[in-house]
Amino acid sequence: MALDKDTVARIARLARLKVPDEELGTLAGELSGIFAWIEQLNEVDTRNIEPLSSVSDVTLPMRADKVTDGGIAAKVLANAPGGAVYIDSSDKNAGGFFTVPKVVE
Amino acid sequence: MTSLTDLTVAQLAATLAKKEASAVEVADAHLAKLDEHRALNAFITETPEKARAMAAASDARRAKGEAGLLEGIPLAIKDLFCTEGVQTTAASHILEGFVPQYESTVTTNLWKSGAVMVGKTNLDEFAMGSSNMTSHFGGVENPWKRKGDNRKLVPGGSSGGSAAAVAAYMVPGSTGTDTGGSIRQPASFCGIVGLKPTYGRCSRWGVVAFASSLDQPGPFARTVEDSALLLQAMAGHDPRDSTSAPLAVPDFAAAARNPDIKGLKVGIPREYHVEGTSPEIEALWTRGKEMLKAAGAVPVEILLPHTKYALPAYYIVAPAECSSNLARYDGVRFGLRVPGKDLGEMYQNTRGAGFGKEVRRRIMIGTYVLSAGYYDAYYKKAQQIRSLIARDFNQAFEKCDVLLTPTAPTAAFAAGDKMDDPVTMYLNDMFTIPASMAGLPGISVPAGLDRDGLPLGLQLIGRAFDEETMLRAAAALEKAAAFTSRPAGY
Repeated sequence: MALDKDTVARIARLARLKVPDEELGTLAGELSGIFAWIEQLNEVDTRNIEPLSSVSDVTLPMRADKVTDGGIAAKVLANAPGGAVYIDSSDKNAGGFFTVPKVVE
Repeated sequence: MTSLTDLTVAQLAATLAKKEASAVEVADAHLAKLDEHRALNAFITETPEKARAMAAASDARRAKGEAGLLEGIPLAIKDLFCTEGVQTTAASHILEGFVPQYESTVTTNLWKSGAVMVGKTNLDEFAMGSSNMTSHFGGVENPWKRKGDNRKLVPGGSSGGSAAAVAAYMVPGSTGTDTGGSIRQPASFCGIVGLKPTYGRCSRWGVVAFASSLDQPGPFARTVEDSALLLQAMAGHDPRDSTSAPLAVPDFAAAARNPDIKGLKVGIPREYHVEGTSPEIEALWTRGKEMLKAAGAVPVEILLPHTKYALPAYYIVAPAECSSNLARYDGVRFGLRVPGKDLGEMYQNTRGAGFGKEVRRRIMIGTYVLSAGYYDAYYKKAQQIRSLIARDFNQAFEKCDVLLTPTAPTAAFAAGDKMDDPVTMYLNDMFTIPASMAGLPGISVPAGLDRDGLPLGLQLIGRAFDEETMLRAAAALEKAAAFTSRPAGY
């Protein structure tokens, strides 16, 4: 399966990755090579074979629906890029925000 | 007296128990080795102050008679485990400067057992690689070199820094994570023991995610017994990881101290004889079989017919899961942010600049195979193949108790080799990936040197949640192989 530059550009957009135009050709070649190698899976007859999504036999456990954590806003915001913004800087466990570029004009 | 840094985990534990050295002295001796071998680039972050403080606390606990299993043992931690207050990068520019506000379960367990952290080790970016060459912080150098050849060799990957640190006697043990071979292959390249437990044995909570259905933490050490001691401390059920197995932790160390394998059936999978494997590794594999036979085991030829499809199926499953897991790195809540004129451009700029080449490539493979119209042809197909691989192993384990295979198709290669074609690099993991796809435990044991003087490992694969039988066989192999070589100058 050969991928062209347009397909690679579309995948990059879907993945929200900025890929410079001059790299698209190389990437198309590399990805095509990988997909050509993956094609060998088509030799295997998988009709009526259940897909294996998890190797753990156990059923996923249930837990009580209750709050087990909280009051750690300052910790949640500690690594905010560009720093967090607080309404009241004296209370770092209430009203803290991440910042993003303006979304609505 | 031998130097403290020459001692194994078990020997150090005995030395500390007899009060022949304090945990602070042990920590200092190992920190001096970190200084001495900094050129290997095994560590991204060294934590000497933390190490001394933890060692002092350990000495205080021991004085009160409260010594844990790993009391005072210095360890290196792969920089994929979140460590509270200590930068955790996954060797990626996108996480450079990220300081976790919480501690991973595995490291919490280690500190509860008394271990001391000396630093965070280098790895392939987001654990994606087999050479440690994809790290944003530069490659790690393998302490081993070919005889009469001064070229730098890779330590393998992705847990290359953790493996190199143990091989260079900077620490007696370290943690790694293994998704497709990231513990076992570097252990083989560095002449040490590397153990990937059964999927679900060690909690993934607080470990930076790569491919969640495959990722599994595990230990590196210089002996099988030490790897069992570390696993003992790391393992256990964790309600915060929904795939963590609700099982009690067996006495792994006792299993590793019992190399009695009389009557044990050792499966030799025919499909692991593949083109491209070095003849010396084929010969070593035969020797390994003979050694286990001489120790009383019964070799049995078994079939794993879907072996050759494990690797290409892995390169659908792992990138698909990675593309989903790495969607969280968007420049909003943590990590790197590269501004853009709007939110969409900020995402693209951040991810384009923050991720390295191999990570971008895998995100794109994953995005493509999961995109509309392709899911059945790729992801579902790969999961069906995964079923067949798991079935092969189940059938094999009706005829044997443990499998013996090579760990990697070659010894360590030179830095910069195999970088031109991604598939050539991927082939490094051809012997480790099948067990990963089936979630089975595997261990690499150093078993000999090649004609260039480089270490080679053999892999033992066990039944799910039967690390004990695997450890017994590994101990028997270790005893028979009597691998005592050290890299020159270390």
